[in-house]
Amino acid sequence: MSAPTLTFTSDQALQVRNRIGSVWRIIFLLATCIGIISLLALLYNIVDRSFGLVAYEYKVDPATLADRPLDQLSKEELVAVLQANISKGAFGKLEKDKPMADRSYDDIYGLVFERVVGQKVVATWPLTDSLLRRSEIEAELTEDEPQAVLQFRSWLSADFVTRPMASQAEFAGVRTAILGSLWLITITITIALPIGVGAAVYLQEYASDNPINRLIQTNINNLAGVPSIVYGMLGLAIFVRAWEPLTSGALFGVTDSNGRTILAAGLTMALLILPLIIINAQEAIKAVPDSLRQAAYGLGATKWQTVWSHVLPNAIPGILTGSILAISRAIGETAPLIVVGASTFITVNPDGPFSKFTALPIQIYTWTSRPQDEFRNIAAAAILVLLIMLLSLNSIAIILRNRFTRRL
Amino acid sequence: METTPDLTAIPLEVKSSVGTFRAVNLKKRLRLGEALIQGFLFACGVLSIFTTLGIVFVLGRESLLFFQRPEVSLVDFLGATVWQPAINKIGIWPLVNATLMTSLIAMSISVPLGLCAAIYLSEYATPKARSILKPTLEVLAGIPTVVYGYFALTFMTIILRAIFGEANVQIYNMASAGIVMGIMILPLISSMSEDALSAVPRSLREASYGLGATKLETATQVVVPAALSGIAAAFIIGISRAVGETMIVAIAAGSGPAFTFNPFQAAETMTGHIARISGGDLSYDSIDYDSLFAVGMMLFLITFALNLISQRIVARFREKYE
Repeated sequence: MSAPTLTFTSDQALQVRNRIGSVWRIIFLLATCIGIISLLALLYNIVDRSFGLVAYEYKVDPATLADRPLDQLSKEELVAVLQANISKGAFGKLEKDKPMADRSYDDIYGLVFERVVGQKVVATWPLTDSLLRRSEIEAELTEDEPQAVLQFRSWLSADFVTRPMASQAEFAGVRTAILGSLWLITITITIALPIGVGAAVYLQEYASDNPINRLIQTNINNLAGVPSIVYGMLGLAIFVRAWEPLTSGALFGVTDSNGRTILAAGLTMALLILPLIIINAQEAIKAVPDSLRQAAYGLGATKWQTVWSHVLPNAIPGILTGSILAISRAIGETAPLIVVGASTFITVNPDGPFSKFTALPIQIYTWTSRPQDEFRNIAAAAILVLLIMLLSLNSIAIILRNRFTRRL
Repeated sequence: METTPDLTAIPLEVKSSVGTFRAVNLKKRLRLGEALIQGFLFACGVLSIFTTLGIVFVLGRESLLFFQRPEVSLVDFLGATVWQPAINKIGIWPLVNATLMTSLIAMSISVPLGLCAAIYLSEYATPKARSILKPTLEVLAGIPTVVYGYFALTFMTIILRAIFGEANVQIYNMASAGIVMGIMILPLISSMSEDALSAVPRSLREASYGLGATKLETATQVVVPAALSGIAAAFIIGISRAVGETMIVAIAAGSGPAFTFNPFQAAETMTGHIARISGGDLSYDSIDYDSLFAVGMMLFLITFALNLISQRIVARFREKYE
C-alpha cells in the first residue's frame, strides 16, 4: 500500500542526488580549468609586457645630429658623431674600456643614443593597451609630455638577446646572463650526471636490503624535498667560504676572484638536482627487464659487465629524459644562486669556471625588483627567453621519451 | 673497462677432462676492477648522506655561533615578536608568522582546487579530455618560481588592488604571493592526488555503483576515502613546498619583517628574509650572517619534518587492495 509512495519519494531523491551530482561535476571541471586559466593569464601577462608602446624623451633631437637618420649611418660615421658630441675625456675613457674599432655596431649605436641623444624612457604601455587605446595614449602624451616621441617597441628582440647588461633598460640585454646560465648548466650536469647515475646503479643493482642502503634511499627521497634556498646556504658555507681556494681558482693561479664563482654555484646546483637525477635514473633502471640481466649472467658476464653493456644502454633514454627535466629545474632555479652570490651587474661574458657570473633567473629577479616600468618590460622579455629555453629542453625530453617507449 | 667475458678465467680442467670430473672452483674470486667500481658506486650513493650531514652541520654550526653571542638568547628567539638582528631584536615570530600566513593562503587555494581537479581527471574526464588537461596542468609545475613571482607582482597584486581598493592592499602583500603560490602548488597536489585516486581498484567503484550510488557519491564516499593516505601525503608535501618557496615571496610579499595577520600587508617570510639579506653585501661572521643560518635551520627542520611525516603516512596508512 505504501509501496507506490515510497517509489515516488526515492525517485525524487534520485533526481535530487543526480542533480547534486551534475552540479559537482561542473565544479570539478571548473577547478581543473582554473589551473589552465591561470596558466593562460600568466603567459598573457608576460607577452603583454614584452611588447608595447614606449614614450621616449631626447635631450638632443637625433635628426639634427647627421644629414641622414642615425640608423642609416655606418659604424665609422656613428663613431664620428659620438666623438663630435661628447667631451674628449669621456671619449677617451670609452676608448680605454674597449677600443672603438673592437666594439660592435649595435654597441656604438647604443652609446650614441645613451651619451649624445640622451634618450630617456618616459612611460611604457603593455601590448593590449597599445593596440586598443593607441589614440587615447597619444592624446594623453601630447598633453603631459609634448616633447616625448611615441614608438612601438618589441622588448624581446635580437638585440636584447645579444647585448650585455646595461644600466638603462632600453639598452640592456641578456647575453651575459644566457652565457652564465649555460656555463652553470654545463658544470652542474658534468658533476651531477655521473654521480647521480652511479648512485642509482648502486641502489638498483648492487645494494642489498640492509640499514645503510635503506638509509641512503630514504635520505635521497628527503633531500628531494629540502627547499632550494637551504642548498644555497650549504653552498655559501662550504663551496664559497670553506673551499674558497678551489672555487675562486686560487689553486689554479687565478688571483682576481673570490669564492662567488660559476664553479661554486655549479657545485651547489649539482647537489640540488642530484636527488632528482638519482630518483629518475632509478626508475629508468627499474624498467629494464630482468631477463636481460639473467641472459648476461648466463653468458658469464660479471656484475659490472652486465650493468655496463646491458642495463645502462637500455636505461639511457629514460636517464636522459630525467636529466633533462632536472636541468630545466636547474635553469629556472633562482634562490640558491642569490645566496651563493651571483652578481647582478655583469657586462663582460663569463670566461671560465672561476669568473663571476649572472644567470637568466637572477637577471629577471633584479629587474623585477626595480620600480620603473621599463625594467618590468625587460624582465618580461627575459622571462620569454627563459621560457623558450625551457620549452626547447622539454621538447627534447618528450622526443627522447617517445623513442624510449617505442624501443621497449 | 673490459667488456668481453674473460675466457682465461674458465678452468681448463673442464675442457681436458672428459669422463673424469674434477671440481670446478665456483667460489667468488676477488676482481679488483669490479670491487673498485662497486666502491665508487657506493661512494656516489653515500654522497647523499654527506649532503644531508653537510646541511645539518653547516646550519647547526652557524646557528650555534649565533646563539653563543652574548646578545642572543634562545628564549628571545622563540618568544619575541620583533626581528631586527642589527639592533639585537631577534624574535623569529614575524618571519615564521609570514611564512605560515602565505603557506596557509596557498594551501587554501591549492588543496580544494587540486583535489577537485584530481577527482575530475581521475573519475569524470574522458581519456581524450584527460590527455589534454593533465599535461596542460603539468606545464604549471615546470614554470620557474621567479616567473610566478613576476606574475604575482605584476598581475595578481593589481587585480587584488582593483577588487579590494588601493588603500586596503599594499603593493607588496602576502595575499598576492600566497595565491600565486597556491597556483604553483596546484599541479603538485592534483597530480599526486590523482595518482592516489587512480590506484583505487575498479572493483570498489563497481561495488558502489552496484549498491545504487551515483558517480559523485562513489567518488567522494568510496574512492576519496580509499585514497586518503595518498591525498594526505600530497597535502603535506604541498605545505612543505609552500614553506620552502622563496622567489614568489621574495618578489611579491615584501621586504622587511612585520608581525601582522592582515594578508593585504607586506611581511617578510623566512625564505624571503634569507634571500634578501644574502643578496646584499654580507660580511661573514656578522650577526646578520649568523642569524640567516638560524632561520635556515628553522626552515630545514620544518620542511624535513613535514617530508618525513608524509613518507610515514604513505608507508603506514597505504591501503593495499590485492
